Amino acid sequence: MEHCEAKCGTAEQEKALEAVIEASRSTPGCLMHILQEAQGIYGYLPMPVQKKIAEGLGISLSEVYGVVTFYAQFSLKPKGKNRISVCLGTACYVKGSDKILEEVEKELGIKCGECTEDGLFSIDSCRCVGACGLAPVMMVGDEVYGKLTPDKVKGILDGYKEASK
Amino acid sequence: MVNLKINNIPVTVPEGTTILEAARQAHIEIPTLCYLKDVSCVGSCRMCLVEATGARGLVAACVYPVAEGMEVQTNTEKCRKSRQMTLELMLSKHKKECLACERAGNCELQRLSVEYGCDPNYFAGEPLNHEIDYSAPYVVRDRDKCINCNRCVAACQKQAVGAIGPIGRGYAVHIGSAFEMSLMESVCVGCGQCIVACPVGALKERTTVDEVWAAIHDPEKKVVFFTAPSVRATLGEAFENPVGTNVEGKMVAAIRRLGDVEVFNMDVTADLTIMEEATELVNRIQTGGTLPMFTSCCPGWVKFVEQKYPEFIPNLSTCKSPQEMFGGLLKTYYCEKNGIDPKNLYVVSVIPCTAKKYECHRPEMKGEVDAAITTRELARMIKRAGIQFNNLPEEEFDDPFATCSGGGTIFGATGGVMEAALRVAATLLDGKFEVVDFPEVRGATPIKEATYKVAGVTVRVAVASGLGNAKTILEGIKSGERKYDFVEIMACPGGCVNGGGQPTLPDSIRNSLELKELRAGALYASDKQNKVRRSSDSPVMEVIYKEYFGAPNSHKAHEVLHTTYKADPRI
Repeated sequence: MEHCEAKCGTAEQEKALEAVIEASRSTPGCLMHILQEAQGIYGYLPMPVQKKIAEGLGISLSEVYGVVTFYAQFSLKPKGKNRISVCLGTACYVKGSDKILEEVEKELGIKCGECTEDGLFSIDSCRCVGACGLAPVMMVGDEVYGKLTPDKVKGILDGYKEASK
Repeated sequence: MVNLKINNIPVTVPEGTTILEAARQAHIEIPTLCYLKDVSCVGSCRMCLVEATGARGLVAACVYPVAEGMEVQTNTEKCRKSRQMTLELMLSKHKKECLACERAGNCELQRLSVEYGCDPNYFAGEPLNHEIDYSAPYVVRDRDKCINCNRCVAACQKQAVGAIGPIGRGYAVHIGSAFEMSLMESVCVGCGQCIVACPVGALKERTTVDEVWAAIHDPEKKVVFFTAPSVRATLGEAFENPVGTNVEGKMVAAIRRLGDVEVFNMDVTADLTIMEEATELVNRIQTGGTLPMFTSCCPGWVKFVEQKYPEFIPNLSTCKSPQEMFGGLLKTYYCEKNGIDPKNLYVVSVIPCTAKKYECHRPEMKGEVDAAITTRELARMIKRAGIQFNNLPEEEFDDPFATCSGGGTIFGATGGVMEAALRVAATLLDGKFEVVDFPEVRGATPIKEATYKVAGVTVRVAVASGLGNAKTILEGIKSGERKYDFVEIMACPGGCVNGGGQPTLPDSIRNSLELKELRAGALYASDKQNKVRRSSDSPVMEVIYKEYFGAPNSHKAHEVLHTTYKADPRI
């Protein structure tokens, strides 16, 4: 069954994905790991990528898709260069993180789960990043911003806009 | 052996037996929904919860193994309340169209809801209004009736197709195809095993009964029916006959009473398929053609090859299926012989299968079969016509397509096509070959193998039913582990007798009977009683070839009885 026709991103990305599949295919229960790696390579998990994984593991596309849609960490939509994740876990929420999320959405003009047109930002929410002492918390990429108030949001985002110029 | 008590009744069962199986020995029924023998056993629906000593809380009887000295209670208030609430939660998001649902009266959810005195509106779920998937000409999927038992998913995975699976999480979880594709866009091959696995009305065939009625009532049209070999072995179930009752005579009588129609026997074109296929096999063997040759009478299997293993297309026999051979034969030979304009002949096939509904829409079949209806649809037509099936006389098929060989009849069970082909191929290789029984290829064993030597030629054969087993065969051939000359594949486990268009039996029956064997038994009994066992000895074959085709694999036979395939790779 060697007929994945759709293009899987750039040649480098495709090569990296193939290497990941090849390295883990014989390990039982490797699907989660491969999906995490694939999302790292592509930023999200579009159909051609899932097809390639299904084909590589000899399982059905519906099985792959079932796992992808089960876990909130996987995304079917492209993500921005800077991935914003606002924590809506209990501690952050009682400290007003819903207001933070609202402010981020307002500032960028997109809703949670979406990506800005220029591809610079995407917004997601998450449940607890393990920094409850800093609540409310949001992450941009791997950077954690704590003890937030809505008025601090613009300054943080402007910093990223500046850096990308 | 393990000794335990279920509801205080002592039971002794082998180690590893589940509580559910052990309870059956004590004649105690434990309700199930997600469990289905040979298909699904995951303990997810929580209907079969029972109390067992040594266990924490209630346990799922379908997966919980028995232990020495265990005491099980299946009928405590705690169990009953739990089951009632589980059912009421399912009902909270179930489209309650029960009055006119096709599964009304034979719906497992409905039966249990009545038994447990459920209030269908106790929990108010979010309103349902998902689009019904009508994309495929064979299966209709109504997500709002689904209870997420996953039996269809298990059946599809067992078929190595994997067209459907659970999507999402929590309350939003539902069964569907990857990326919410429609069934027609997915890798679905149309076998319909999901339909016969479904406990409710979420999956059903795309019915064409109204078109058939319209044709029957159209004075311009001449309507002919023909019935597939296995339908006579299963139709009776829809009229409360025991599984395995052959109702051929009553079936013919019933169809004849639907209107001014003729009723033909598809076993005749099963014989015709064998004449063509056995000749093709012998030719391939003698001229170095592509081997192994695969049977091509099962459209679900053909679609599976086209989509998943297109490299094996040259191995498929070019013979059309018996359904399409009949369509071709009727719209050419029969029309010419009787001076009928093919446009005015309306051909209805009655089949145990949903993939055959798709098959008659394939462009290369030129619409020669106008409507393909399942055993279930025929039963509904008979009921709607007010025909008291069980009181009908036994009647015979109409000439000229009435008489068949026993080989044509056993087409409906796994191994039947192989055996029928061997009967003819052996005489083609050795004119004096007498044997007509090939017991090695009979029975519902998933994969059967045998080697025969005829006139110095060794023929290695394999028979597989269920596409998961077909995959094993194909991968074995690819890797070189398996070597054959002739392979019979039927998409449904056990063959057409267990097809996706057969009567839906509730789990309480499917879990306790050997369905495939009982139904196949009716066909083999008929074969044994037939004076003509070999397709080539059927007098009808002699007439058809003399009057029309000349000889098997002739130019004319190729035009009418053979077909082509197209790669359609899908993941």
